[in-house]
Amino acid sequence: MKFTWFNLMPWPHLPDDFREKNHSVWVDIDSRLFDPVKSHEVYNTYLDLLEYASTLGFDGIGVNEHHQNGYGIMPSPNIIAASLARRTKDVALVVLGNSIALYNPPVRVAEEFAMLDCISGGRLVAGFPVGTSMDTNYCYGQIPALTREKYQEAHDLIMKAWHDPDPFAWNGRYTKLRHVNIWPRPIQKPNPPVHIPGGGSVETYDFCLDNTYSYSYLSFSGYIRAKALMEGYWDRVAKRNTADMSPYRAGFAQTICVADTDEEAQRLYEKHVLYFYNRCLHVYPGFADAPGYRTIKTIQTGALSQYAPPKGYADVTWKELTEGGHVIAGSPETVRQRMEELIKSLNVGNIFCLMHVGDMPREKCMYSTRLFADKVMPKLRNMFPDYANDDRFWCHPVEQVKPGSLPTERDAFAVAGHA
Amino acid sequence: MSLQLKTIAAPHVPVRYHEGGSGQPLVFLHGAGGAMPNDPFLEKLASKYHVYAPLLPGYGDSEECPSLRDMLDFTLHSWDVVEALGLKNPILAGHSMGGMIAAEMAAIAPNDVTRLGLICPAGLWLDDHPIPDLFATMPYEYPQLLFHNVEAGAALFTAGAQVDDPEWLKAFLVTNARQLGMAGKILFPVPDRGLSSRLYRIKAKTILVWGDSDKLISPVYAQAFKKGIRGAELVAIPEAGHMVTLEKPDQVVSALARLG
Repeated sequence: MKFTWFNLMPWPHLPDDFREKNHSVWVDIDSRLFDPVKSHEVYNTYLDLLEYASTLGFDGIGVNEHHQNGYGIMPSPNIIAASLARRTKDVALVVLGNSIALYNPPVRVAEEFAMLDCISGGRLVAGFPVGTSMDTNYCYGQIPALTREKYQEAHDLIMKAWHDPDPFAWNGRYTKLRHVNIWPRPIQKPNPPVHIPGGGSVETYDFCLDNTYSYSYLSFSGYIRAKALMEGYWDRVAKRNTADMSPYRAGFAQTICVADTDEEAQRLYEKHVLYFYNRCLHVYPGFADAPGYRTIKTIQTGALSQYAPPKGYADVTWKELTEGGHVIAGSPETVRQRMEELIKSLNVGNIFCLMHVGDMPREKCMYSTRLFADKVMPKLRNMFPDYANDDRFWCHPVEQVKPGSLPTERDAFAVAGHA
Repeated sequence: MSLQLKTIAAPHVPVRYHEGGSGQPLVFLHGAGGAMPNDPFLEKLASKYHVYAPLLPGYGDSEECPSLRDMLDFTLHSWDVVEALGLKNPILAGHSMGGMIAAEMAAIAPNDVTRLGLICPAGLWLDDHPIPDLFATMPYEYPQLLFHNVEAGAALFTAGAQVDDPEWLKAFLVTNARQLGMAGKILFPVPDRGLSSRLYRIKAKTILVWGDSDKLISPVYAQAFKKGIRGAELVAIPEAGHMVTLEKPDQVVSALARLG
């Protein structure tokens, strides 16, 4: 199993009446709710938590990209990943990812990911999402019906930029470059492992299988509701006579809260979980799904956007969220059982553990994270012994440079003959 | 006068079009919402003209056309359809997005259009009068934006459907993805593809028709079009919103009659 500790980086100071008084948490959120001075502490706390998780045995730490979003103050995941690259060792940096249709030219992503791979010593796991409609269409203005074609072209360009050792010309529909020749190049050859977040389209399943990429489903509605979608994926894997059904071909994001007992979990975390579902997921449904963004085939499969659930999350309760599997919360044993159920029922080897939730303060987050790392994670390690050696979907670091690589000033000054 | 739905071969894709009536040939290009079944405005037009109303690919039951991507593609495709229909210098009219395409057609081939009817066309952008984001509008919000008489407009729009019925929702999303997905190629995120710098090329006698209470594209835009197209005349219609074609069809038809 590969466990990645993930932080969406929500803004923790949304007012109690946020849902009642505001149009949306995303796209046109009131900028006056953002306090730059407070954000200095928020960012540094979140970075500290990611670094803390990296010391507890998680396989990776994860970041992602959202724009104009009250629950994700990380428009540039690469900036966060770069600071983590310097301050962590031996964990994967899971950047899930860069919405490649948004970068002009897309070789920018090839360059920045290469830099991250080099700085981190080959620890990058690269994510290439199409991006949500909110980010891609409403915030960044991509034409919905052309977004996928642009994404595909950007992907092909980035891969060629990584793979081709010689300068080449790129005459694409969306990008034209006479001299593609990126410097630096990634450590991991032929390219860092790639994970593709998706929302249930067959085209994306095939794209992952064709390229040996891991398919990840990043949902806030939990593992029980994810079953139909992931079954669709595994059916496709089987139907195409894929060589193996390795669980590392798939990933899943799950909100997890651990305490000594189930009751204590509710007492400690209910408030923060409800903050997330009630305030942070208050997305105006008109921004959920720009017409043309999803293919007709995908809509016809009934995979409606998770950002516009029929009843919304306005009055959702702790009981509904935990029983419905949106949130896995409770004692280490409760959490272990439910995680086992998740892992088996979805057949997923990559778990993106959403362990900082809503406005959770750092103490509670550390406590929950430590309990998960010590009392849950070890018991889930060997769920898939047949695939224990499947390393196709994970990073391959080189020997890491040691911190404090500089000589003493005395040694430095010796170059000029100073004693 | 009822129209028939027919198909004609065009270079990119077979095109569905409504045809009916007799008189001078008139090509009508629909707005982003498409044409209604038994569209009352088209029927009114057909009582005076020989109407050809092609559907953009993806609209109604017509085939989609992924190879049409940008404004030039839309403009040339629409000329291809006129050619395929065997028409020479028909009266060219369009509503909203259709008006934008018609204006582009007249600008790119100014010697092939002598009469142009633009009914609250899209295509310009004024920073002081931003056009509401049609692509971030929920179905229940449309009537407010589109009609002068909101209540009557709402009745037209929902047609008794339960908007939380999953099957209705799926059908709605599929239609929207096909139609507005196509429209988005020239209207999203800002409905401006440079028409303002081409308006000067239009030589056609031009009638602009605008509902006085248009809340989608403010009547301020009528002045901008009037300024851009030499000799254009404006017919302002009171007590009508953006769907002036449905709210005041007779007055729109009379306005177009001024084209001769």
